[in-house]
Amino acid sequence: MNQQLATDIMDARRQRGRVWRTQFMVMWGVIVAALLAFILVTIRLDSDFIQKWLPFILTGVPVTIFVALISIFFASILATLGALGRVSRSPYLNAIASFYVSFFRGTPLLLQILFIYLALPQAGIVLPALPTGIVALSLNYGAYLTEIFRSGIEAVPHGQTEAAQSLGMSDRTTFRRIIVPQAFRIVTPAIGNDFVAMLKDSSLVSVVGVQELLWRAQAAGRPTFQSMQTLLVAALVYWILTIVFSFFQNRLERKMATGDRTPERSR
Amino acid sequence: MTLQHVVHPAEIPGSLVAPGAPPILQATAIEKYFGTARVLRGCSMTVFPGETVTILGRSGSGKSTFLRCLNFLEEPSAGVVEISGVRVEADPLRPRHEKASARIRQLRLHAGMVFQEFNLFPHLSVLGNLIEAPIHVKRLPRKEAIELAEGFLAKVGLSEKRDEYPSRLSGGQRQRVAIARALTMEPEVLLFDEPTSALDPSLVGEVLKVMESLAHEGRTMIVVTHEMAFAREAADRVYFMSDGEFVEIGPPQNVISDPQDERTQDFLARFLRA
Repeated sequence: MNQQLATDIMDARRQRGRVWRTQFMVMWGVIVAALLAFILVTIRLDSDFIQKWLPFILTGVPVTIFVALISIFFASILATLGALGRVSRSPYLNAIASFYVSFFRGTPLLLQILFIYLALPQAGIVLPALPTGIVALSLNYGAYLTEIFRSGIEAVPHGQTEAAQSLGMSDRTTFRRIIVPQAFRIVTPAIGNDFVAMLKDSSLVSVVGVQELLWRAQAAGRPTFQSMQTLLVAALVYWILTIVFSFFQNRLERKMATGDRTPERSR
Repeated sequence: MTLQHVVHPAEIPGSLVAPGAPPILQATAIEKYFGTARVLRGCSMTVFPGETVTILGRSGSGKSTFLRCLNFLEEPSAGVVEISGVRVEADPLRPRHEKASARIRQLRLHAGMVFQEFNLFPHLSVLGNLIEAPIHVKRLPRKEAIELAEGFLAKVGLSEKRDEYPSRLSGGQRQRVAIARALTMEPEVLLFDEPTSALDPSLVGEVLKVMESLAHEGRTMIVVTHEMAFAREAADRVYFMSDGEFVEIGPPQNVISDPQDERTQDFLARFLRA
């Protein structure tokens, strides 16, 4: 009898979950269908035009991914240095790191890109478009990641430091062997998160002429006033890229959240 | 007021201390301020090799602070600690230079510590927890460190958990691993900071059993605890702390069974009633 009740409750709950998910999917379908209808009926997409220019636009995808990947790499390195500065006892290193974070988080990314490309040549520093984009994205994201890395380091419980010290470890050894490995697990999902954001922000480097996805979409659409087609394609591609990488990022997050990182608790 | 015991512990029947042995740990006139609050008021302690000393007292009386001052996890505001010939004086006004830090590390090598919250390294396996310090502090070859660690794991009865991660152990098992980890550095003195307070009551026994066996094999231990039974059975000497002072010191049969100081009487009366 009781067993029966428990099974019934579980069934009912599962049933409600199924209904909820169905409604959720249906709503998505409705929105997408409505959008498609709107586009097809009112704007009349020129599909021949899209077919003609699609390969040209898609050539930008590897550039976009390349820019985002290499920039997140350099950003992580900058952020590691920045975080080291932020947690060091030295007032000088702290000042340098906090200035870096404050400046690059306090100014627009677009301005930073333009500054490197247009203003630095006045000081004799001339960078081509692609390096400009990578440098700007790295510096900007490095500043945000610095704060994330710092909070990751500070999220490691103080008891860990005490345990290490009580075993005679020096501050350096404690940091390198005990704090960093734990902080790394804490911040890895954040790096993935920022990478997904970077995929989209990399479009900003199109202003200096890096031939990535958005630049190509604009270049294809502008001369014949058919930007509706090309920008829609670009939007769709960005969206798909984001969904794909978010999927991996979610898995990474889940993997990092389970297993041996579970916080210690007496059982 | 500084209480000191007068009889050399070797003269007490049943003591494991060698006659005439010099003290292995001496803490003299330890003071500690947290801000302007004076939490330790000139506490001194002398421990001979092989002794088990327990510190009793109400929560917030300063027992844990005193213990943490012994290995400078908490820097005393004044006083001297000497463990096994390494002498460190409190010097809170000046920033620690490299030489002073090295000395404090030396001191800590002689005093292993077991924490209330275990503080195992969650990113390392049980074995990894045990060999980390021997390899990276003592520079032992990995193979030797593993051998050493396996010996101590067997001692706390957890050989089969060698490759598990701490998150998969029970509280009692974690604390036993933490004890083994402290032992792998082969310290002369073991400091226990309320080692059973974070444990489920059903798991307290296994940890106390390990601690008792360590006491019986003649290890020098200083234990801050609320476990009266342990203090009574295993301790050679009990220090009772009240408001940052040791107000009564003596063998457990005196301090616990026949306390002289009013504050000790009061504490024990409440404790037994509870």
